Amino acid sequence: MATNTQIPVADRRVPVIAPGHTFSTITEKISNIVLSRPVSLGWIFGFLIVFSMMNVLMMALGYLFIKGTGIWGINIPVGWGFAIVNFVWWIGIGHAGTLISAILCLLRQTWRNSINRFAEAMTLFAVACAGIFPLAHTGRPWLAYWLFPYPNTMNYWPNFRSPLVWDVFAVSTYFTISLVFWFVGLIPDLATLRDRTENVWVQRIYGLLAMGWRGSARHWHRYETAYLLLAGLATPLVLSVHTVVSFDFAVGIVPGWHTTIFPPYFVAGAIYSGFAMVLCLAIPIRSIYGLKDFITERHLENAAKVMLATGLIVAYGYGMEAFMGWYSGSQFDSFLLWNRLHGPYRLSYMALLGCNILIPQVLWLKKFRVSTGWLWLISFVVLVGMWLERFIIVVVSLSRDFLTSSFGQYYPTKWDWMTFAGTIGMFLTAMWLFVRILPMISIFELRTLLPESHVHEGAEVEQ
Amino acid sequence: MSDFSGKGPIYGLMAEFESAQELVAAAHKTHEAGYQKIDAYSPFPIEGLAEAIGFHKNGVPLVVLIGGLIGGISAYALQYWVAVITYPVNVGGRPFHSWPSFIIVTFELTILFAGLSSAIGMIVLNGLPMPYHPVFNVPEFAKASENKFFLVVFSSDPKYDATGTRSFLSGLAPRMIAEVPS
Repeated sequence: MATNTQIPVADRRVPVIAPGHTFSTITEKISNIVLSRPVSLGWIFGFLIVFSMMNVLMMALGYLFIKGTGIWGINIPVGWGFAIVNFVWWIGIGHAGTLISAILCLLRQTWRNSINRFAEAMTLFAVACAGIFPLAHTGRPWLAYWLFPYPNTMNYWPNFRSPLVWDVFAVSTYFTISLVFWFVGLIPDLATLRDRTENVWVQRIYGLLAMGWRGSARHWHRYETAYLLLAGLATPLVLSVHTVVSFDFAVGIVPGWHTTIFPPYFVAGAIYSGFAMVLCLAIPIRSIYGLKDFITERHLENAAKVMLATGLIVAYGYGMEAFMGWYSGSQFDSFLLWNRLHGPYRLSYMALLGCNILIPQVLWLKKFRVSTGWLWLISFVVLVGMWLERFIIVVVSLSRDFLTSSFGQYYPTKWDWMTFAGTIGMFLTAMWLFVRILPMISIFELRTLLPESHVHEGAEVEQ
Repeated sequence: MSDFSGKGPIYGLMAEFESAQELVAAAHKTHEAGYQKIDAYSPFPIEGLAEAIGFHKNGVPLVVLIGGLIGGISAYALQYWVAVITYPVNVGGRPFHSWPSFIIVTFELTILFAGLSSAIGMIVLNGLPMPYHPVFNVPEFAKASENKFFLVVFSSDPKYDATGTRSFLSGLAPRMIAEVPS
């Protein structure tokens, strides 16, 4: 039996967790953000801003419910507009969380342990924002439950051959499973908070949520099995969600939509924007809350590499679309390509190529991957670029499809912009509350990163 | 709370250890010494600890399998029943039983049911929610969710006897031994 089973020190790279930490210091550092850190003026000020933005959403939706979707810029030929652009954008952002927690878990990427919790929270909030759009876009959101199959007096059933119905199932399953995954991951940490707080009410609330978790070896055994199975189930799920979203387009016959490359290209784009959002949030949070020991340069660099890789897949997608515009010989497909390059939306298309393909190439240089300022900026640019991508897909294709006589332009109204800004406010409000209410880094999973958490075979013989 | 000092029935004997390594070693020895009803507590999952206390298999995978099968079969059956039997609609001349269209909802519901069964199965098989448990009566146990490791021999174990078990546990060099009042 091996006598020297010390964990090898990870080469020259920055470690996943700064040296000198023990089980107690990890626990203390993360749980104190929730339990004892005073609420700062900056937090309150920021909260007021994002909460006001969220109220803009409430106003926009309130007016929408009174007036109907006519207040938006949608009409024929562009019937989808901002609602679907924003839906796809938010759903895409929501992909990083489950990707980090499930796929990187199966691949045993231990660096995920410090970022999975808040990436999962981000996923939930992003999917919640996404859900608002198709719901509002139905026109009569109070009847949206008609999308679900249930026995009713109208003797009506949904059409299961429609991608829009598939979408309902894909997105609601994704939200539910992400929530379950997130909550299961939280249980042991909620128990830690329960045991550490001195306030009896806080203790009761966390105690209620922790359900009496006591860290029994039998419990951990089942827990790990359940977590692994959830990761295994969530992995195909996360890939399926944006695939199904892309079917909303690809099953249609509109030029620029009706292509087989859509599913992989959508999934890559989703991960691309999801990681961009993770970086946009992680970079400020780690410096404000002093978490640089846990979210190290290594995490930022790895996330930047994932962004670079998925960005290249997206670039391949654009290249293939352009190639097919020429190679297919279809006049409508070649017109689409011409229209993107020279039509009324050419500036958006140029901006898209710049944001998604050109600028992120600087990530090949280590200098940009480890500089937090640059990385934040590039991530932000990618988020803008991915929004533009969905805008191009939805609006450019619909505004000029087959018949010249039915060409049209799309102009978003102030209500479109208010709804979009409002969902950003809702997303940030939820993040603002999350960082102060729940441990934003998984405490127990960080403990397992310390060398002393590993039991070496044969050690018991020595005792 | 009432006074527990040695009066009421005893739930078991608890020994506290400093490290994961010590806990696994102690759990092995206790199990080898013939104690069956024991449990170990730690602030994070430790590889081999469940095996050390003689717990090898758990029922979660079976629950997940059953959940996934129910989800998948019922999803397909529902779609078949809707699209072929109760509400057939001719969409572009496709056959009523257009099975490729039904794959996605079947897949999603398989994942949904399997995922929910894995979480609920884990919680229920663990006997949770159980907000009160005798081990919480030992004040030091609050550290079990932070940095300390505990081994408990239950008084229901046939081999358990107050003095003999205590002296056995002190032979494992724990940091402290405490009675767990039930």
